[in-house]
Amino acid sequence: MPPKISRPWLVALAIVAIALPLIPYRFEVSAYVVQMFMQAVTYAIAVLGLVVVLGYTGQINLAQAAFFGLGAYGVALGTVTGGWSFWLSLAAGAAVATGAGLALGLTTIRLGGHYLAMITISFQQILDLVLVNWIEVTRGPDGVAGIPRPSLAGFELADDRAYLVFCAAVLYVVVFAVWWLPHTRLGRAMRSVRENELAAEVVGVHTLRTKVVAFSLSALLGAIGGGLYAGGFAYISPDNFNFARSVEFLTAVLLGGAQSPFGGVIGTLLIVQMPEWLKHLPESLRFIKDVYLAVYGIGVILIMVFLPEGIWGLIKAARARLARPADTTDTSGVAPLDFDVPGAAGGPVLRVKALSKHFGGLKAVDGIDIEVARGSVHALIGPNGSGKTTSLNVVSGIYRPTAGQVMLGEEDVSLLRPHQRAGRGMGRTFQNIRLFSTLSALENVMVGAQRDRNPIGRGNRALRARAMSALAFVGLADRAHVIVRNLPYGHQRLVEIARVLAGHPRLLLLDEPAAGLNQTEKMEFVDLLRRLRGHGLTIFLIDHDMGLVEKVSDRITVLNFGRKIAEGSPQEVLRNPDVIAAYLGTAGKVN
Amino acid sequence: MPRDPLPSFGTPRAPDSDPERKPSVEALTNNLQVIFQGLALGSIYALVALGFVLIIRATNVVNFAQGDFAMLGGYAMVLFFSALGWPYALALVAALVVMAIFGVLFNYGVYYPLRHRSFLPVLISTLGASIFLQNTVLAVFGPQPRPLEKTLPVDGINVGGVFLDSQYLVILAVTLLLVLGTYLFFEKTLLGKKLQATSQDKDMARLLGIPVALMISITFIYSAVLGGIAGVLVGPILFVSIGMGSIIALKAFAATIIGGFGDVTGAIVGGLLLGVIESLAAYHISVPYKDAYAFLALFLFLLVRPQGIFGEKVSEKA
Repeated sequence: MPPKISRPWLVALAIVAIALPLIPYRFEVSAYVVQMFMQAVTYAIAVLGLVVVLGYTGQINLAQAAFFGLGAYGVALGTVTGGWSFWLSLAAGAAVATGAGLALGLTTIRLGGHYLAMITISFQQILDLVLVNWIEVTRGPDGVAGIPRPSLAGFELADDRAYLVFCAAVLYVVVFAVWWLPHTRLGRAMRSVRENELAAEVVGVHTLRTKVVAFSLSALLGAIGGGLYAGGFAYISPDNFNFARSVEFLTAVLLGGAQSPFGGVIGTLLIVQMPEWLKHLPESLRFIKDVYLAVYGIGVILIMVFLPEGIWGLIKAARARLARPADTTDTSGVAPLDFDVPGAAGGPVLRVKALSKHFGGLKAVDGIDIEVARGSVHALIGPNGSGKTTSLNVVSGIYRPTAGQVMLGEEDVSLLRPHQRAGRGMGRTFQNIRLFSTLSALENVMVGAQRDRNPIGRGNRALRARAMSALAFVGLADRAHVIVRNLPYGHQRLVEIARVLAGHPRLLLLDEPAAGLNQTEKMEFVDLLRRLRGHGLTIFLIDHDMGLVEKVSDRITVLNFGRKIAEGSPQEVLRNPDVIAAYLGTAGKVN
Repeated sequence: MPRDPLPSFGTPRAPDSDPERKPSVEALTNNLQVIFQGLALGSIYALVALGFVLIIRATNVVNFAQGDFAMLGGYAMVLFFSALGWPYALALVAALVVMAIFGVLFNYGVYYPLRHRSFLPVLISTLGASIFLQNTVLAVFGPQPRPLEKTLPVDGINVGGVFLDSQYLVILAVTLLLVLGTYLFFEKTLLGKKLQATSQDKDMARLLGIPVALMISITFIYSAVLGGIAGVLVGPILFVSIGMGSIIALKAFAATIIGGFGDVTGAIVGGLLLGVIESLAAYHISVPYKDAYAFLALFLFLLVRPQGIFGEKVSEKA
C-alpha cells in the first residue's frame, strides 16, 4: 500500500488540483498565461517519465525531448498530413516513441551508466537531424502548422480553457499512476535496481527487463506530453525538441526532486515560470535573462551538491520532522515462516562438477567438485585468495564458469543468469551487506519475496505477509518500517537473510555471514543457523571464523590456490595436515 | 533557445573533376582526399577522447564538458590572438595556461564536492557545467562563429592530386606528438606512475603516500590542456563556435566506446576510425546526415562488440 496521506491533506490537494485549471473560466486570465500553463502541464507529463526512469530506476535519459518530439510529430503529421483523427495520431506517435524507447533500451541498457547517457544523447541528435533534413516528411525546419485539437465525448476542446482542463486531467491521472507505481511489484523492482543492481539481480529481479520497461514507460510519457503539446500550440518545429529541451526537462526533474511525481511537477512549473520572472529583474540584472541557460547549468551543479533530492526532498524532510512516525510496527497476526519448497526430492541440492573460473592467466578456481547434501550445512573455507568468493560468484551466477557445471537439484543452471537461479530457489547474501538502503526493511524483504515462481500468491498482500513472516523469523518484525540504512549493522545482516528467506530458498548461500559481527551477535547468528537447519534448509557458506564454522557445519570443503585440498567432517578437516599447512604456512607443501 | 545548431564541419570538398583523367583514378584520389581529411578530423576526436579517458581512469566519471574544453581553448585563442593581437606563440601559451587554471577550477567546482557520490550525480554535474560554459561564452562572445588563423601561414601542398591542407597536417603531427608524449609521460616518469596508481586504486595509492587529490587535479589540468589544444587546432577549419565542443565531445566519446571504454590506445584508434568512417560516408552517401554516421557506427559496435576494439569483458565483483 502506498503511504497514507492524512485526509485533510488529501482533500486540500484535490480541491486545489481541481480548482486550478478552472480559474480561467471564473476570472479574466490572458491567453498568454493560459498558454504558459498549457506548456507547463504538457512538459510535466514528459518530466514524470524522467521520474520513472531516473528517479525510481536510476537510469539516465538525455533524450526525453526526442520522445516528446516523436509524440508531437505523431499528432502533427497524423492530423495535418495524414488526415487522421487526433486520437489515432496520438496513439501512433506514442507507439513509435515507445517502440524507439524499447529498441534503444534492449540494445544498450544492459551496458548502463555512461553508455546510456551517450546513446540517449546520440539518439537525440540523430532525431534532430532527421526532423530538420527529411523535409518531404517532416517539412524540415519550417515545422508543421495548423494542428487541430480533438473533441472528447462530444465536447469540443478547441477553446484554450477547455483544452487546458483536459491536459490537466491527463496530468493528474499520470501523477496518480506514477505516485502509485513505487508500491507495486514493478516499482519495487525499479527501486531495487536503483539502490543496488547486483543485489537486485541476485535476489531474483529481472534487472534488464525492469530497466527496459522503465525506459519505455518514460518514452511513452514523453510522447503523450509531446502529443498534447502539439495540439495545444497548433504549430511545432524541430527546435522545440532539441537537446537543450532535454536538458530543461532534466533540470526540472532534478530541481523538483526526481523521486516523487510531485517533485517533477513542482520542478516543471518553476522551470517554465523562470524566464517570466527573469523579465521582471531590475535593468542592471536584465542580462541574466539572456543567459538563463547558463543559470540552469550552475543550478544543476548546485542542486547536485546541495539538494540531491530536490525541493520535494526538503518538503519531505520537513514533514518527517513534524510528524515522527512510530518506529515500531504492529506485529499481531504475523504467520510463522514456512520453509516448504514444493517438488523438492531427495539427492544433493547443489552439485558443482569440475568447476573452473579463470581470469586471463589467473586460475582463481581450478576444477573443483563439491556436493551439498540436502538439509546439511556445508562450509567452504580456505586462506585469502583461495577462490572461495569466486566459487560462490560462479555458483550464484554472477560469473560464468570457464569450465564445469553447476547443478541445482537435477537441473543444470551453469548458464542461467542470477535472477533465473533465484527463480529456481537459490538465494544468497553478500560479504559486504548489499541492501536497498533507502527502502524500508519490509520493502527489502518484499523484493526477495517477489522472485519468479515463489510459491505464494501474487498480490501485494501475500508478498507483505510473507515478508513479515520472514522478518519475524529473524526477530525484526517490529522494525519492519524502518529505512534499512538507519538500522544497526547486525540488524542489516539479519534483514539480508530475511530477504532471502522470503523467497523460499531450496539452497541458501551465505558469503561470510558473520563478518563484522561482535561476539554476542555471533552467538545469536549461530543460533539462527541452527534454527534454519532445524527447518530442513540446505546451507552453503563461506566464513573465516573457524570457531563458527566448526560449530555449525556438517561438512567442510577446504580450498587453496583454487583447488580442493580437503573435505570431510569438521573434526577430520581441521586436523588435516595439509589444511593446517595451508592456513599456517608451515613446511608441508601442497602440490 | 539561444544555441547554435551544431556545426557540421570538415565536410569533404569535392575535388574539381578533371575531364582528362580516367574515372577510376579520379575516384581513387577523391577517396584518398576524403580519407586524409577523415584522419585529421579523427585526430581531433582522438585528442578529446584521450582527455575523456584520462579523467575516466582517474575518477571513474565521464566528463560531459570535455568538448567544451576544446571550445574554451578555441575562444581563448580568439581572445589573445585575434582580439588582442598577441603573437601566435604567446597567445597559444596564454591560452594553454588559461586552460590549465580552468582544469583546476573545474575539478574543485564540478567534481570534487561530489567525489564520494555515485557516478550519476557527477555525470549530471558535468552536464550542468557544459551548459553553463556554453551559455557564458555565448553571453561574452555572442552567437557569431569566430574565424581563427591557421597555425602555419601556408595553404598546403598537392601530392598526386590529393590536396594536403597545412592545418590538417599540423593536426596530424601535433596529435602524433601528444600521443607519444602522453605515453612516455605515463610509462617513464614517476609522476606518470603515480597518476596510474591513483587511477587503479585510490585507497592503496593514498596509503602509499601519493597525494590523490593533487593527482586528480593534475589529471584535470592535463585533460583541459589537451582539450584546449584540440580546440586551437580545429578552430581554423570549422570556426570557433559555441556548439563546436558538444559535437566533438559526442564523437570523441563514441570513439572511446568503439575503441574500448577507458582504454588509451582504444580512444586514439577509435577516434581516427570514426573520423575516416564519417568522412567516407558523408562523401559517398549524404552530407546532411554526416553527424549521424558516427552514432550509427556506435550503435553497430554496441550491438556487435560492446566492449570495443581493445576492451575486455568485465563483470562486477560481489
